[in-house]
Amino acid sequence: MRSGKTDGQLVFLIGINALVVIAAMILVGDRFMALYNFQSMGTQVPELGLLAFGVMLAMISGNGGIDLSGIALANLSGVAAILLAPSLVSPDAAPLGYFLTFSAIALSVGMLGGALNGALIGYAGMTPIIATLGTQLLFTGVAVGLTGGSAQQLGYVPLIDDFGNMPIWGVPRTFALFILIALALAALLKFTRFGIHLFLMGSNPTAARFAGIRVKSILFRTYLLASLLASVAGIIIAARTSSVKWDYGSSYVLVAILITVMAGVRPEGGYGRVICVVLSATALQILSSLFNFMQISNFFRDCAWGLLLLLFLANARVHWGTYLPPVLRRTDRARS
Amino acid sequence: MTSVQNPPSDAVAPRGGLRNLWVWSARHPAIFPFALIVLTCVVIGTINPDFWQLANLFDILRASVVRGLFALGVLVVLASGGLDVSFTAIAAFVMYTLTLFVVNAAPWLGMAPILVIAAVAGALLGSVNGLLVNVLRAPALIVTIGTQYAFRGFLLTFIGTALFMNIPASMDAFGRLTLVKVISDQGLAVELPAYFLVLVAAALVTWWMLNRTLIGRAIYAVGGKPDVAARLGYRVERVRVFVFAYAGLLAGLAGVLHVTANRLANPFDLAGTELAVIAAVVLGGARITGGSGTVLGTMLGVILITLVSSVLILVGIPSSWQTAILGGFILIAGLFFAQLDRIVES
Repeated sequence: MRSGKTDGQLVFLIGINALVVIAAMILVGDRFMALYNFQSMGTQVPELGLLAFGVMLAMISGNGGIDLSGIALANLSGVAAILLAPSLVSPDAAPLGYFLTFSAIALSVGMLGGALNGALIGYAGMTPIIATLGTQLLFTGVAVGLTGGSAQQLGYVPLIDDFGNMPIWGVPRTFALFILIALALAALLKFTRFGIHLFLMGSNPTAARFAGIRVKSILFRTYLLASLLASVAGIIIAARTSSVKWDYGSSYVLVAILITVMAGVRPEGGYGRVICVVLSATALQILSSLFNFMQISNFFRDCAWGLLLLLFLANARVHWGTYLPPVLRRTDRARS
Repeated sequence: MTSVQNPPSDAVAPRGGLRNLWVWSARHPAIFPFALIVLTCVVIGTINPDFWQLANLFDILRASVVRGLFALGVLVVLASGGLDVSFTAIAAFVMYTLTLFVVNAAPWLGMAPILVIAAVAGALLGSVNGLLVNVLRAPALIVTIGTQYAFRGFLLTFIGTALFMNIPASMDAFGRLTLVKVISDQGLAVELPAYFLVLVAAALVTWWMLNRTLIGRAIYAVGGKPDVAARLGYRVERVRVFVFAYAGLLAGLAGVLHVTANRLANPFDLAGTELAVIAAVVLGGARITGGSGTVLGTMLGVILITLVSSVLILVGIPSSWQTAILGGFILIAGLFFAQLDRIVES
């Protein structure tokens, strides 16, 4: 049953990607199909995709799991790194050392934030919504407090700028990193004990506990991993935009949830696929880019994202098979 | 706290008093925000004696009106087991559209009909939330995040983005009505505006509804155990539409009061204040899992949040740290109540 349903979702998402690209070709034309445009879209997908992975992991773990603190932690990681790193390594003398220090600080902040989320949800038994709502405010608040609310400039460090914006063999480096992370995450979920236990726990927490799965520890690690991915997103954001600010990406909480819901991840837990989240993120980015080309206002884009989220929630509830003619219906039923 | 978590059965006697205290505070969650309010006041008042002024009290009450109306709506939704984050979008939508309509088409309209229209429009938008939660059978948080962006995006794309100051005369006059006026020691006039009464009325009605009517009983029942409530004959879906409509109604009123208080209509206002409101309700003892929550606790939670966000500056904490402190408060309250549940259940 599981493989049948995933196939449908995968085909559906590939179809959506194709549909949006075709729409863009008709509405915008050659300018849209330029390599440069695809590279530019490729640099923007990773940050959203990584945040969506975090939401996906939280949702898979079930019991109302959700991570609302992702973008707040990404921004806090960037802020902490940009404030601390220059005092440890000089960006001009040792750019590589600087970048590594920067990344290490950001990832440590991600670890700390994730440990907080994980401890609150896993060990203290707080509801994920309240816990991540609270940490979202806390992370944002610390970022505001540390910077006084102003944007922090990274300055031009060629190495970091290249990482954030320059393609290598035609592929943006951050996008390549994103794909590597996606592969690693897929392998983690599919082949390790952690992954298998996570899905079991999400499908039936009571059964999982009686089967001897250490629910608390799995929850802790799930939210830790989600936060770690968020801090990677923070590094990518800092590299791409050469600056960090506490309120960067204020609509990313919505967009990350939209991507996961569009990818067919079940909000009630126990199901979700990495490849679907990747495809869903690319589809949304292509659509967003199309809006840019057509000079549609950001306000309308927010409206469209909200409506799309509701539409895809509805899509998960409708059994399209029953509206098909009987001949097609049989194959559909065989698959599901 | 950890030592009390699993009390051995034969050692109850020395810990009995403490355990009784936990059980008692679980039944009276309003004690938690009340204790924090007292603590905050004492600490601030000791550091800065200027705090003890009637003007500060009136400021806090006045600043609590809009947030308090929102919080009553969130309380009712939480009690039924849902969650609403779209109320600020509903409030902004109603306040801007209605003010625009009254200024351009019906400048003669009095305050009473304006409030009624705002309540009805808010309730309609809110019931859209309720219907969607029923139809989509998805978590209310995700559904209302969707409607929040849809409402706000629609408002800013199709209705307008320009703020305007020439609000209708009736709204302006209502905003200036004074309930209490006191001349302070320094000779300054300190006023409590009349629209504060709207919050008092809304709190009383909500209390009455939750505690003295069948729909109130249905809300707690549906929030506590939806399956059992359905078998007892409560119509779960209708209750859900009702609570979201009620939250929308209060949001509509809050939007109009926001305009009368500030004497301008800005469609970008109110967005982003959802979390502080939810924080207030959670501090007041309502569980996100439904079936609990009191009006008294919620109102105290609102006062606590307003207190923290308006007087920190008096003790020298820069206002940029407000958000972090708010987040800390949510986490402490969440932890406290999660711990309470464990102790009372064990």
